[in-house]
Amino acid sequence: MTIQFNDETFRDDYTFHNSDRAIKRFPFPFHEDSYMYAVNMEQHKGGPAGSVYETRFDVDEHYVSEMRDRALVLADDPLRCQSLPHMTLAGWDLLELIMVSKSEDYPDLFELHRDGDKWRWINKPLGIDDTFTFLDETTLPYGPMEYITRQTQGDFCVLDQRDDMLWMDAGMVTTQADWSLDFDIGMNFFEWHAPVPLAHEKGIFVRALKFLLNIQQGAPARRLNWTMTVNPLLDTSPENYHKWGIQKTTLTPENIGAKQHLRVELQTFFRLPRSNAMVFPIRCYLIAFQDLVTVPKWGRRLHRVIRDLPVELATYKGFIDNRPMMLDYLSAFDDGQPTSDGIWPDLDTEPALKA
Amino acid sequence: MSGAEKIDVLVTDITPLNQLVTRFQFKRRDGGLLPTFSGGAHTVVEMNDGGITRLNPYSLMSDPMDQTAYTISVRRDDQGRGGSLYMHNQVSVGDRMVLSYPVNLFSLDLRARKHLFLAGGIGITPFLAQIKQLERSHGAWELHYAARSAALASYADDLTGRYPNATHVYHDDQKQTIDLEHLLNGQPLGTHIYVCGPKGMIDWVRNTAAAAGWPREAIHYEEFLAPQPGKPFEVKLAVSNKVIQVGEHESLLEAIERAGVDAPYLCRGGACGQCETNVIGYDGKFIHRDHWLEDDEHASGKKIMPCVSRFEGKTLVLDR
Repeated sequence: MTIQFNDETFRDDYTFHNSDRAIKRFPFPFHEDSYMYAVNMEQHKGGPAGSVYETRFDVDEHYVSEMRDRALVLADDPLRCQSLPHMTLAGWDLLELIMVSKSEDYPDLFELHRDGDKWRWINKPLGIDDTFTFLDETTLPYGPMEYITRQTQGDFCVLDQRDDMLWMDAGMVTTQADWSLDFDIGMNFFEWHAPVPLAHEKGIFVRALKFLLNIQQGAPARRLNWTMTVNPLLDTSPENYHKWGIQKTTLTPENIGAKQHLRVELQTFFRLPRSNAMVFPIRCYLIAFQDLVTVPKWGRRLHRVIRDLPVELATYKGFIDNRPMMLDYLSAFDDGQPTSDGIWPDLDTEPALKA
Repeated sequence: MSGAEKIDVLVTDITPLNQLVTRFQFKRRDGGLLPTFSGGAHTVVEMNDGGITRLNPYSLMSDPMDQTAYTISVRRDDQGRGGSLYMHNQVSVGDRMVLSYPVNLFSLDLRARKHLFLAGGIGITPFLAQIKQLERSHGAWELHYAARSAALASYADDLTGRYPNATHVYHDDQKQTIDLEHLLNGQPLGTHIYVCGPKGMIDWVRNTAAAAGWPREAIHYEEFLAPQPGKPFEVKLAVSNKVIQVGEHESLLEAIERAGVDAPYLCRGGACGQCETNVIGYDGKFIHRDHWLEDDEHASGKKIMPCVSRFEGKTLVLDR
C-alpha cells in the first residue's frame, strides 16, 4: 500500500499525531496485565500483515518527518553519530541490509540497482537518487552507516563482537530514551547496561548476552521495550535533558490525555555478514494516552500495569512523580473486565468499556 | 529448530588436491545468490550417510564477497567416524546437499593493525577466506603455514605464487619449523595472532604468546574437534522422557537428535557452547572432550557438551 506521510514536528509545537491506522498497528508492549523484565526475545521473521512486525525495517506515516527531526538533532550535535575506525565494514553491512530489505519490502518507495559494486539507490519519499561504489566511502556524502541511518527510522547501535562480548563501537542515536551514545561508545554490554535496576540481580543481562552472541545470519530476533514521554519528543537524550526534563512538570489532569505518551521501542537484532558484527536497531513508536485508550483492551491493561509496577522501575523510567496523575486518568478506562492474552488490540472480540 | 538456517545446494565441483584433501564447491539449488560471510566462518554440511544424519562443520574458504558459490576443503580421516569418508567416497557432482548459513566463531579482529596467521595442515582453510577479505580492504597480514610435506601442503603453491612476501611455508618432513618466539618478538604493536591447526599447535602458540606477554584478547584460535568413537552407552532424557542408546560411531548429540529430540547446537565441534546440557544424575565417568567448559565444570559432573563428549558407566540422566 502507498503510505501517506505526515507533515509533523517532534519539538516546539508538537504537531505529531497518529492516524487511526497507526493507532491500531501500535506495538503495545504488554502481553498480560503486569510487567517485569524478561529476556522476551522472539524470531524477527515477519508478523501479521500491516503490523510493525511485518517487514524487516518498518516504514510508517512518520518516516519523512522523523528523518527531518534527525537531521536537526545532528546539526546541533554531530556526536550523536559515531563510528570507531574498525566499524566501517559493519557500516557497509548495515547499508546493504537496509537497502536490500527496503527495496524488497517497499518496492514502490525504494529501489536498489546493483551492477557489481556500482550501486544506485533511489529513496522516493526523501527524494534521493544516488549512485556510489559499494565499499568505497569516498563515493558517499557520509560514512555508510550515517548515510543509510539518516534515511531509516529508529536508532542504530552497531556492536562489535569480540572475546565473547559485544561492544558499542558505532551508532546513530537521536531518538533515545535518555541514554547517550557519546557516553557509551566503546563500552561493553554489561557496562552500558549498568544503570538498569533489578535486571542485573535477576541475571537478565548474562542470559541476554548469551542469546545475542549466538544470533546468526539469516535469523534475526526482536523484543519490545517501553517507557513514558511527556510530549511527543523523539530526542529525549541526556544531552538535552535541560530542555525536555522540565516538560514532565507541565502535565495537568486536563492535558494528560494529549501530552502523556507511551513510548515503545521495537528492538531488533541482526548478525551482519561481512563484519560478523551485530546491529541493534531501536525503533521508537509514540502514542498519546488519549489515542491508546480508544482500544478498550489496552486502556484496561495499561492502567493495571502502571498501577502495579515496582517503584524502582517507575523511578528508572522517569515517571514516578506523575504516576498518581496517570492512574487517575487511566482508571476511567479500566472497568475491571478481564483482558485477552497477548499484545494485539482484539477490537472485534474484546468488550467495549462499561459505562 | 536448532542450528543455523539452512540452504539447499548442489555440488557443482569436486577437485582432489592431494592424497588426503579434496575441495567441494556448492551453488544454490534455486540458482539464487548465497549469503555473504566474514572470513573465518564455517558451514555445517548435512550428510545422509546410509540412514545416519551427519552434520559436520567445515570452514568456508572461498572469497566472502563471492555469492555465487561456497567452497570447502575436506581432509579424509580414515580413523574417524565417517563424515569425511562420506564426503570423499559418496558425494558426486550434481548431488543435492544442505548447508547451514555461515556461522563465524573465528572472526578477524578488525581493530588489528596486522593479522598474523598460523596454520597447521588443513587448518589453512579459514585463512584462505580471511586473506581474500583482507586483500580487498588492504589489511596487513602474514601467514606461517606448517604441513607434513610439500605434497600435503594444500594451497601452499597458490599462496606462495600470489603473495610471495606474506606467505611462509614449513614442511615437517624437511624438519622445518616455525621459529615462533622469534616471530612473535618481531611483530609490530597492534598485531593479532590467529592459529588454526592441531590441538598441540594451538596450545604451543597460545602458551608461547602468553609467556611473551601478549594480551589474551590478541590471540584467536579455532579448533574443531571431530567427535571420537567410543563404547556404546545408555542415556535417559528426563524432559522428553526417553531412554536412548548412543552407538559406538555416533555422538551423544546425534543420538539425541535421532530420538527426535530437538537439541540446540551450532559448531558441533566442542567450541561454541550452544549444546551445553545439564546433567541431572549419573553413575560412571564422563569423557569430556570439549574446550567450552572450564576444568571445574568438567570435574563437577553437572554439565556435558554432547557434540563431542561421551560417558562410560551405568546411568546418565540429562536435562533434555
